[in-house]
Amino acid sequence: MATGGLWGAGLFGGKAALQEAAITAAALRSDRFRQDREGDWKRLEAIVSRMESGRLRRIPDADLLALPVLYRTVASSLSVARETSLDAATLAYLEGLVQRAWFLVYGPRQSLWGWFKGFLGGGLSAAVRGIWFDILIALAVMVAGTAVGWLLVAGDPEWYAAIVPGNFMDVRQPGASHEALKGTLFGNTGQDGLSIFAASLFSHNAQIAILAFALGFAFGIPSLLLLVQNTALLGAMLWLYDGQGLLLDFTGWLSVHGTTELFAILLAGAAGLHIGRNIAFPGTRGVLQAASEAGQRAATVMAGVVLMLVFAAMLEGFARQLVDSTQARLAIGGSMLAIWLGYFFAFRGRGAEA
Amino acid sequence: MSAATLRPGLTDRRTRTLVTPEGIAIKMVVASRGARFGALAIDLVLIVVLIFATTAGLLAVFGGISQADRMTASKSGVGLAVQFLFILWLAAMFLFRNAYFLFFELGPRGATPGKRLVGIRIASRDGGRLTAEMVLARNLLRDLELFMPIFMLLAARGGDMGGAGIAGLTWFLIFALFPCFNRDALRAGDLIAGTWVVEAPKRKLQAAMSLGGASRGEASETTGAAYRFGEKELSAYGEYELQTLERVLRENRREGIVSVHEAICTKIGWDPGTGDERAFLETYYTQLRARLEGNMRLGKRKADKWG
Repeated sequence: MATGGLWGAGLFGGKAALQEAAITAAALRSDRFRQDREGDWKRLEAIVSRMESGRLRRIPDADLLALPVLYRTVASSLSVARETSLDAATLAYLEGLVQRAWFLVYGPRQSLWGWFKGFLGGGLSAAVRGIWFDILIALAVMVAGTAVGWLLVAGDPEWYAAIVPGNFMDVRQPGASHEALKGTLFGNTGQDGLSIFAASLFSHNAQIAILAFALGFAFGIPSLLLLVQNTALLGAMLWLYDGQGLLLDFTGWLSVHGTTELFAILLAGAAGLHIGRNIAFPGTRGVLQAASEAGQRAATVMAGVVLMLVFAAMLEGFARQLVDSTQARLAIGGSMLAIWLGYFFAFRGRGAEA
Repeated sequence: MSAATLRPGLTDRRTRTLVTPEGIAIKMVVASRGARFGALAIDLVLIVVLIFATTAGLLAVFGGISQADRMTASKSGVGLAVQFLFILWLAAMFLFRNAYFLFFELGPRGATPGKRLVGIRIASRDGGRLTAEMVLARNLLRDLELFMPIFMLLAARGGDMGGAGIAGLTWFLIFALFPCFNRDALRAGDLIAGTWVVEAPKRKLQAAMSLGGASRGEASETTGAAYRFGEKELSAYGEYELQTLERVLRENRREGIVSVHEAICTKIGWDPGTGDERAFLETYYTQLRARLEGNMRLGKRKADKWG
């Protein structure tokens, strides 16, 4: 009665008082309880409905301030009603209303933009540092994959066709001449349609990275296989260019975007592995809790991976084709790598606790 | 009134209780797998429509540019514009596939349009805040659960991949059917994100039941009779029957009221008359509820007529 009167008289003013007088008293005690508090319930429902529809700006400040108070009032109405009322429809209404208000009071307070600022300002770096162990494993696997690719092809060039999916038009085949291979690395500056090339590279690579991450769910093994498959290809190509004395030039050509792209793929694989490892070895936590903690950290890393792939695609699409000397290419690739490493491991912003 | 309230027995197995920081128990009903599948189907249709609309829109712009091309004959400017359109299209396709669910689930409703239509939403499993990381994590796995099985299905059907295709399909089906193998209907994405999908019912506040004249013991307008039920008549039923009666009265269908009226009269040994069934039932409801609620306050509850 006290709360009902307070809100009813204080916030609805004279109009509500008139309405209250017009309502005939109900016969049942539990219905009278309801009549006293109905005003609060309806006010909360109106606020909740408006907030749910996303029109936050049109909600008066008084209503926003009243939300937590009204939520507690209605929640206490619900606990009283559960003990004293047998009106199923009213109980169901209150259950639904309290649940909806609860989602808003304890719901996501961050906007997408607010999250993004925290993400760039330290959240991403912290998440990357949080999976350092998995990054080391993934790095070892990638190095091993490259070595395996190289050694296989070096032992028997027949392997090249199996590892590198190519077509017959591609000059990058075992036995290709020095000039032919060099032609693939230099002299493409006049190309048209670079931006389309960059955009399709990005969406292709991002989809692969998301897959590498998602596969981590199965204890991380498929993620590692995907890493091995992709780096074996790299190893085979390295061998091919090395055979014609173009190893450094090829590395330069690759490093422009490769330092960013391979780093992103490394992180994606590590993020997948992180989930798989935490599901397999949850430690003292429950499996579900371990999985969700690892999943949220890995998801932050994945958002960073997608961002890195945007950079990688732009570097691949524009910078690699426009910069035609090995030194300049190595300089770009090297500084990108230094920037990423510094950002992830040296930068500690506000989100460092994540 | 939704089906859930009409048949409480069906939702019992899906009901979980969550205690808020204020100490109030909130009931969460885990969304049924059927509802979730329906929501997903609606969302997929919406995505396909969006993709077609975007493509058609960009093609229309493309057509306009080609027209301009013939008039001005400036080659490089047009080339750039076409490139730009194509990049726009690629970006839109990527966003539709990956960001559609993210965008809507991060909003205040925590639901995509499809989920809203079937009345479900996502929530944090531990009762805390739903964070952006959770929404991100649960949607990153969608590729594995949804799109990969579809691609594998198409590939395996062709038979080109032989045994490997079948094995791959089985492997991906495990993820696609993951929600069928656990109590809370979690999909793999929910598992690693720490989320679940619950019902988000929207109910209107119905009128109070004991407002009518008959409820307050006044004489009925049609017959002039005022019903009074004694201890013996009122002890025939419990809470379950009371709520059934409430539903019949709220639905207010003629046949329902007549048959319930007859059943109650037979049970309590009254002679069922005709013409005044509603007033009779309203009075019986009010007095039965007054009695049951009175006992409830004293700590005595009667679940149904057997109790």
